[in-house]
Amino acid sequence: MKYLFYPGCSMETSALEYTTSMLGVLKTLGAEIEELENWTCCGASVGAVMSDLLGVVLPARNLALAEKAGDGRELIAGCSACYTNLRKATEAARDRASLAKINQALEVENLAFRGTVNTRHLLDVLANDFDMDTIKSHVKRPLTGLTVAPYYGCQTVRPYSPFDDHNHPTSMVRILEALGAKVHHHLHEATCCGTALLTTKPEAGFTIAGTILEASSPADCIATVCPMCHMNLDSYQDKVSKVLGKTISIPVVFLPQLMGLAFGLEESTLLFKRLMVSAKPMLERVGAAQG
Amino acid sequence: MSSDSEVINLTEIRRDTAFAESLTPVGHELKRCIQCGTCTASCPSAAFMDVTPRQMWRMANLGLADQVLHTKTMWLCTVCYECQVSCPRGIPLTEAIARLKQMAIQERIKGFKESTAFYRAFSDVMRRYGKMREMEFMVRYFMSTNLLSATGFAGMGLKMLQRGKVKPEMPQLGGEGRLDKLFDRVAELEGRR
Repeated sequence: MKYLFYPGCSMETSALEYTTSMLGVLKTLGAEIEELENWTCCGASVGAVMSDLLGVVLPARNLALAEKAGDGRELIAGCSACYTNLRKATEAARDRASLAKINQALEVENLAFRGTVNTRHLLDVLANDFDMDTIKSHVKRPLTGLTVAPYYGCQTVRPYSPFDDHNHPTSMVRILEALGAKVHHHLHEATCCGTALLTTKPEAGFTIAGTILEASSPADCIATVCPMCHMNLDSYQDKVSKVLGKTISIPVVFLPQLMGLAFGLEESTLLFKRLMVSAKPMLERVGAAQG
Repeated sequence: MSSDSEVINLTEIRRDTAFAESLTPVGHELKRCIQCGTCTASCPSAAFMDVTPRQMWRMANLGLADQVLHTKTMWLCTVCYECQVSCPRGIPLTEAIARLKQMAIQERIKGFKESTAFYRAFSDVMRRYGKMREMEFMVRYFMSTNLLSATGFAGMGLKMLQRGKVKPEMPQLGGEGRLDKLFDRVAELEGRR
């Protein structure tokens, strides 16, 4: 299996461990992946607020590059906001007038967009392109005894969800079970993490993130598939604890980090040390703690 | 939400009858609203709003443009699409909120500096480098809002620097920005310049 990869801004910086663990896991599973050259920001939640056209032109620029480089390969996005924006541009391209306008803008970049490349969320690829028996066959260190709270966030499954339910997604369950982990289900698996509110309206943001963290807290860790969700749940637990009036401390990891852990990949690929809340208690549980 | 309800005399107030139409792609979608309140019930930040989503869409349909643009509602929207996928009338509500934010920024509605500054700072950094630079973005953001509030984030910022989660990069001022041409072309096509 061959894919193109659109990292997006976060997977290159704050969520580098998501990228390295993803690459390690896909390699183990025998998939080939190539980073899209010359990519730029998808516009995040900001492009569409600056203008309707900018909101689709920014992702379309990257899709046009992918069409040029792709040989029909699908484009993987691991960030749910990038995923949503890229799919939104493809949707817009179905309307001829809107596609023509996008292309009038892309002329200045010497690019043309046709709307033919298929964007897939990394979770979709991991849960649906590989047999669970294949995943099981690579497990060298089963995550037995580890309870994981899946957290999908919002834009992983909304508004587009060709691979899972909008409100009650389950894609992570079969992967986590194949790794040997136990799943802790809760009511907020697809509730929004609060996104920019943690910066612009901290009281609201911390309360929203707190609801998710509290619902997940019986588990040993939370598994995420989006850099924004990860940042909000991992980085603000001391502030959230103050708002909730009780201490919250739970490691928040990326799903490919857990897969890589079970596959026996090295810390240099998994980079658990980059997490803000230490993953040590959780790693000790599966006998993988170092130093 | 405020417990005091305000009485608005609809015959005396200035109403913009085209307002609701300007918020959705086709134009008549919001008119399908039956005020069921599913949007409010599904919204993770409704509890922090002065006007709930359901109330706001009613105000929009009544043409109360100015009142809608002065609510906190849109600035508490996290673009999670809960209301849009749950709306039994199939109204693209989350996308309508993006239009409201566009209008509020273009009309320079006062009182929401921390939100509008966020979008401006993000957009400026994206235009200049083609990618996000968290550190410069946060500096630009706090400089244009409230420098004091930055102290609340300083400890975390330092921890993130130590872990390599944010990269210290020198700002490149002057010269052409990576996406200047594309931003200019879009503005030109939309008749904004």
